[in-house]
Amino acid sequence: MKHTEEELIFIKEELSQMWRLVLSQVEKAKQSFLNNDIELAREVASREKRVDSFELKIDSDCENYIALYNPVAIDLRLVLSLIKISSTLERIADFAEGIARYVIEDACKALANDLKEELRVETMFDTVIEMLSDSYVALDSENTRLSGKILSKDETVDEIYHNAVKILANYLRNNPSEIECGLQTILVMRKIERIGDHCSNIVEEIVFYIDAKVLKHSNDHE
Amino acid sequence: MIEAKNVNFYYGNFQALKDISMVMDDHTVTAFIGPSGCGKSTFLRLFNRMNELIANTRLTGECLVNGENIYQKSIDVTELRKKIGMVFQKPNPFPQSIFENVAYGLRVDGVKDKHFIKQRVEESLVSAALWNEVKDKLKKSAFELSGGQQQRLCIARALAISPSIILMDEPASALDPISTSKIEDLIHVLKKDYTIVIVTHNMQQAARVSDKTGFFMLGTLIEYNDTRKMFLNPEKEETQNYITGRFG
Repeated sequence: MKHTEEELIFIKEELSQMWRLVLSQVEKAKQSFLNNDIELAREVASREKRVDSFELKIDSDCENYIALYNPVAIDLRLVLSLIKISSTLERIADFAEGIARYVIEDACKALANDLKEELRVETMFDTVIEMLSDSYVALDSENTRLSGKILSKDETVDEIYHNAVKILANYLRNNPSEIECGLQTILVMRKIERIGDHCSNIVEEIVFYIDAKVLKHSNDHE
Repeated sequence: MIEAKNVNFYYGNFQALKDISMVMDDHTVTAFIGPSGCGKSTFLRLFNRMNELIANTRLTGECLVNGENIYQKSIDVTELRKKIGMVFQKPNPFPQSIFENVAYGLRVDGVKDKHFIKQRVEESLVSAALWNEVKDKLKKSAFELSGGQQQRLCIARALAISPSIILMDEPASALDPISTSKIEDLIHVLKKDYTIVIVTHNMQQAARVSDKTGFFMLGTLIEYNDTRKMFLNPEKEETQNYITGRFG
């Protein structure tokens, strides 16, 4: 194997490590929110710096790769995708940290579990975790056949979010004393919805790398 | 370790190198880049005393290899060139068989042991990533090989006498992209065992293969730095202008 290929594989492996970390951050953010687990939320917050370090390292390695090896064709697309995916993963980790901070700073103990169930927060979390996990598999196996399935899950996430806004609006009309907690819940759900959007962006980058197709700003998500 | 201390070099009245000082570490690849006539090849050739073959030249300063000034009177130039091999721009195999080309240096050195010579020829051809392509035709003329194979043969010839340093003067500039890529891969592998200094017109080649890069202009070493630093954020404006193609 040429040493330029070895360098690319090395950067890809760094991205895989970052991916696994971010996935674990989102999973822990979910558990901490659903169970009001402040200790777990603190763990998520404290590990955020590791995600930032990965992003900086991958940026720097990709800059070096472009400067030294002038990649073209699939190698160029891969390096460009690695930069964008690492930046997107960092944003996803920011959202996970944001959710954890809500738990740490003002846990919504008052929000009843049956309301959380009606809002389908857990399903929403599980769906974005699946999107993140499946997109990792797509990149790792260099297979874009999963892309349509992953992108369609974002629609499920959006649907849950919009329904939740309506449910919470009705609930808060009848329970105005819980308005603060209700607002925090919808802000958390907004973050989960944004994680879904970012997972879609990652899938678009993977399709760009593997198939050289630009899905961004198009409706061609099949 | 290779070191230049305040080196000045003259062709007659023309000063080709101006006060060059630099250190090249063991088991690294150092690349020299710069426009034509900047002195990079002249500087490279100082380290196996090739410039002495040119009349009316003069050197001041010191060229040291492992701390020893290679221009002091006690140095045997033939012994020096055994330690410091050279590969030129155009492949220059001798009009002999592939085997004899690689064995040449050993025979000149008085080695008679046929088994040793055979073993060393094979090792050198393996190291030069040529063995698999020529192992069944070692008695054929070296001229039957392609340009890229001939250049790797010349590298094998240089390796056969176990040098510690290999100087390469534009070793791939006469080769097609595939042969160039093979030479570059070879350089990457060889640096584990050898210290390599390469002059190249191809800036991207310098970026791909070297650990450190020196940029020469008008006989002056403008910048000598880690290759990554040099190609991402050079310290000197002249370097930036050269590597971005704004002049030169």
